[in-house]
Amino acid sequence: MTSENTAPASGSIVVVGGGISGLTTAIEAAEVGYEVYLVEKNPYLGGRVAQLNQYFPKLCPPSCGLEINFRRIKDNPRIKVLTLAQVEKVDGEPGSYNVTIQLNPRYVNEKCTCCGDCAAACETEISDPFNFGMCTKKGAHLPFEMAFPARYVLSPQIIGTEDAQKAKAACKYDAIDLEMQAKSMTVQAGAIVWATGWEPYDAAKIDNLGFGQYDNIITNMMMERLAAPNGPTKGKIVRPSDDKPPESIAFVQCAGSRDENHLPYCSYICCMASLKQATYVRERYPDANIYIFYIDLRTPGDRYEKFYKMIKEDEKVFFVKGKVAEVMEDPATKQVTVVAENAVTGEKTKQTVDLVVLATGMQPTAANVTLPADLKYNADGFILNDYEKGGMFAAGCANKPADVVSSNQNATGMALKAIQTLARK
Amino acid sequence: MDKKYGVYICEGCGIGDSLDVAALKNVAEEEGLTTKTHPILCGAEGVDLLKKEIEGGVNTLVLCACSRRVNFDTFRFDGCIVDRVSLREGVVWSHPRDQFPALTEEEKQDEDNFDRVQMMAEDYLKMGMARVEKVDLPEAYQMEQFTNKILVIGGGITGMSAALDASKAGYPVTVVEREDALGGAALNWRSQLPVADPYEQLIPPVINEKIKAVQADSNITVKTGTVVARIAGQPGEFTVTFKKPGEKIKFDVPYPLPEEMKVDEAGKELDVEALHKKYLEYNEGRKDILTLDPEGELFGAVVLAAGWRPADVTKEDCAHLGYGEIPDVVTNAEFEAIAKKGKIVRPSDGKEAKSVVFIQSPGKDEDDSDFSYAGAVTSLVSLKQAKYVRDDYEDGKAFVFYQHMRTPGLNENFYKSIQQDPGIFLTKGNVMSVSKNGGGLIVDASNTLLGEKLKVKADMVVLAAGMVPATKDDPVVNLAYRQGPAFRDIGLFNGYCDSNFICFPYETQRTGIYAAGAVRRSMTTEEAMEDATGAALKAIQCIESSNRGVSVHPRSGDMTFPDFFFQRCTQCKRCTEECPFGALDDDEKGTPKPNPTRCRRCGTCMGACPERIIGFADYNIDSIGSMVKSIGVPSEDDYSEPPMRVLGLVCENDALPTLDIAALNRLSYSADVRLIPVRCLGSVNVIWIKDALSQGMDGVFLLGCKHGDDYQCHFVKGSELAGIRMKKIGDALTSLALEVERVAQFEIAIDEYDKVPQIINDFVESIEALGPNPFKGF
Repeated sequence: MTSENTAPASGSIVVVGGGISGLTTAIEAAEVGYEVYLVEKNPYLGGRVAQLNQYFPKLCPPSCGLEINFRRIKDNPRIKVLTLAQVEKVDGEPGSYNVTIQLNPRYVNEKCTCCGDCAAACETEISDPFNFGMCTKKGAHLPFEMAFPARYVLSPQIIGTEDAQKAKAACKYDAIDLEMQAKSMTVQAGAIVWATGWEPYDAAKIDNLGFGQYDNIITNMMMERLAAPNGPTKGKIVRPSDDKPPESIAFVQCAGSRDENHLPYCSYICCMASLKQATYVRERYPDANIYIFYIDLRTPGDRYEKFYKMIKEDEKVFFVKGKVAEVMEDPATKQVTVVAENAVTGEKTKQTVDLVVLATGMQPTAANVTLPADLKYNADGFILNDYEKGGMFAAGCANKPADVVSSNQNATGMALKAIQTLARK
Repeated sequence: MDKKYGVYICEGCGIGDSLDVAALKNVAEEEGLTTKTHPILCGAEGVDLLKKEIEGGVNTLVLCACSRRVNFDTFRFDGCIVDRVSLREGVVWSHPRDQFPALTEEEKQDEDNFDRVQMMAEDYLKMGMARVEKVDLPEAYQMEQFTNKILVIGGGITGMSAALDASKAGYPVTVVEREDALGGAALNWRSQLPVADPYEQLIPPVINEKIKAVQADSNITVKTGTVVARIAGQPGEFTVTFKKPGEKIKFDVPYPLPEEMKVDEAGKELDVEALHKKYLEYNEGRKDILTLDPEGELFGAVVLAAGWRPADVTKEDCAHLGYGEIPDVVTNAEFEAIAKKGKIVRPSDGKEAKSVVFIQSPGKDEDDSDFSYAGAVTSLVSLKQAKYVRDDYEDGKAFVFYQHMRTPGLNENFYKSIQQDPGIFLTKGNVMSVSKNGGGLIVDASNTLLGEKLKVKADMVVLAAGMVPATKDDPVVNLAYRQGPAFRDIGLFNGYCDSNFICFPYETQRTGIYAAGAVRRSMTTEEAMEDATGAALKAIQCIESSNRGVSVHPRSGDMTFPDFFFQRCTQCKRCTEECPFGALDDDEKGTPKPNPTRCRRCGTCMGACPERIIGFADYNIDSIGSMVKSIGVPSEDDYSEPPMRVLGLVCENDALPTLDIAALNRLSYSADVRLIPVRCLGSVNVIWIKDALSQGMDGVFLLGCKHGDDYQCHFVKGSELAGIRMKKIGDALTSLALEVERVAQFEIAIDEYDKVPQIINDFVESIEALGPNPFKGF
């Protein structure tokens, strides 16, 4: 039994984005004693890391840390979690903002017991963005097993259909409300932290790398879902074309990153992510050949270097220094040939493999969406922090590409920057 | 608290369909407890019922419904003791009736038949009732004195940033700096790497502005030429003694005896008195850790920002690079010092150095690692210093040989701007040797982007040495803790005081002391400044939590703290030694002295204590022991083929959620197990296991987090310590003529819900193969 007594502080903080950075900022600030509104657009918290199978370099499941964070939220009434929520408008100035938040309908109310009867009754299968469309899900569903809040949601796609009625009829607890409408609320806050995160760069835009043209080319985020026990294949890594175990896999680094035509910067995490994914492959397929095509391997620091060393010891992991220029598919076998120019020797290297993983980079969410506030951005869409002005801050990957550790360091600090704005008031 | 009990059974979510709720109700009523059922306890009506009951005086509720992980807010009744009996996840969902059929009316007639699932539900109800009898509402720990002042150790860029950030939030700060001036390493820089968009150009060092800001801040006290002699006490009221560097004073922190001094000449372990005598000799002239310095200054929390020193490259395998032999081969730190003085000139003869080679990696063609302690910083610094050569000499040339150019994230922009400079040659390559060539140097490299074999004439060569954390060979914090003066070295961090948690970068094993900057890992200025802000937040949070008498992460907000019944303490010191957070000190006799605000409430001390004198208000030997004892253990007196009874003690952080998710997926496991959540496997006291076996239970398993280098235990050592204790319990079992296989420990990660039923079932099968516990029925 855990509970707290008096709070030392007043004034609220709005945190936009319930991924790992937003969760961190929100919880760290609330545990100092501040009121926090955590605004998340999805029906669940956890953001990108909820989709990951494991973290590098510990190879531990992200749900482990999420669970602790969810428990911290459960034990702390100072955090108000708003899911399916988006900030619509921000007025005011540092110390006193009016934040208008739109709450989109979940069509499931607080009476939901998570029994699952609605999903069982629902027949419509819709594409599942959580799994990058690699499988479908029911129109009434729990976003994923560990989802917080643990509550079902109805996809807007089934609203107005017979299926929605079936789901409603199946609910013994009167938890489905098909009349639910979007509504708006206004929150007064002294500071706002934008932890709006990142999107995987759209691999289809990288013409020469064949994503979307050839079946057996996937992205690194799809690989995370394939390897996850709760993913579309229940953790089996298979070729999309025939669901067969791949005997050879190529990782194409800097797929879009460090590329003036796409993302000019380095996305920070993709080298370590591919090395980590090499362990996913090795765990399942002891004999598979793994090829990693790279420009530089960016595995800085003791821990990451140690991890890279461990992978280097694997005799069936081959590192090729060279940027992949093109890919070709053999229509009969569906195998993919990766062509790279070896940066050192100048020779063209060709490697035919069963499966290609594109190490696509991260693009800030704000690159493609206009945030409704007076924020400044760099040319790539990362939000710039103006500490002198204060009031609004960007945390985590909304501010710059980073791994989870650095994002959390940054997000913890942004909790203090927000508090400073309140304390100065 | 005068307890008034009430038992409430929910019939929703399949509970009522699966279980005989009336029979269940009867179990509680037989104990004389008011018992009510409700079709949907979490619904508005159900909650109203509970509220009315509470208004009517009930203050101790056993809620038989769903897992405590859900409906946490619905069933939160402040001022009441609430036990959540997990009938839904723990019984009904995990034991579907299609696999565990209920008894038919006909079967019910024969008393030799039993319904495993119903039995399970009844046991869990009894366990819940037993627990609430033994627990109390926690009362927050009140400190006798308290300060919100923050101590920052280190007056470099990180320390000053932390100080400024804490001060801006209204907290008074003292910065101590070993040197005679603020500034640290950055004072020696000519220019520095960019810290903000567009990350393209070098900027003047930001250190001067920081120094000015710190000096102008009336909320910040600066003590230069000062180090920490000791930090005693606990968060909220650390007593800190300062001294001049190198000075010897009586409040220098005493060190624990090294292992080799704890034995006599014959190698036998010394007794307590002899140990204490030796300890005093070893630390002669230093006051014991429990003696508080009356002149000491009080601080609430500490930020450790002691920074780094340049690595000594002679310790690396790089004789082929000529360092130490050839004066014009220097490290990056030495090169920076030259650049800071003026134009870049050669150390050997003071002549202009117009051609400079920068070497990132010492491993020839054998190893592509950078110099040790490098991180990404050394790549960036080489680029910065290459720029100096170009700034100083129009015809200057810089060559950077690297294996992997490490300019992660937006630092790529700086790399790109350097690539635009026609006088800077950047190439991957294996540097094979550096040798003298007349008055200059020659660098041999192979396999480069500029050619297979390359010889570069150079005036100077610069080695990209790493940043060794100040904590590598000096505790710095000098904690007056019985476990020793430093951050606990668990052999993972190579001298850094880092967190091993990806999600929780500020969690170390020393509550209230938060590391930032280069003591954590090699960092750029930008990263160090950000890290400092985070550490300042954690320090503030710890101060506020201490003041409220609640725990910090991961049991944030927990008001309980360990209570000791000292009269029965045998001074075995296990609690002091095993606490992952060093929360306990002990006196000369070995009696533990708790420091509640250092405590993280994992219960490892409770698990360690052979006398069972440590407990928490809501979690103690008796509360869990009574739950164990309330489990029904049917014998042949009851049924001709009685079911096995297996106890599982499961970690509530990872194993319990795993089991809940398995249940959500209707994955089933043996209905003969009874699970009890524990705070951490480290808190498991072997008495619970002995009790279970002596009352006839057939087996006991522990289910917890992974340990080892990549441990997932939120309390660092819990599952590892439990493993050690379980090995020791084997002897006790043998003496009882019980097979050691009756007790086992399993590791599970939180996402392995698909594996957990099999782990449990395999264990139950192995116990069935052993046959029933011979003590059954006694």
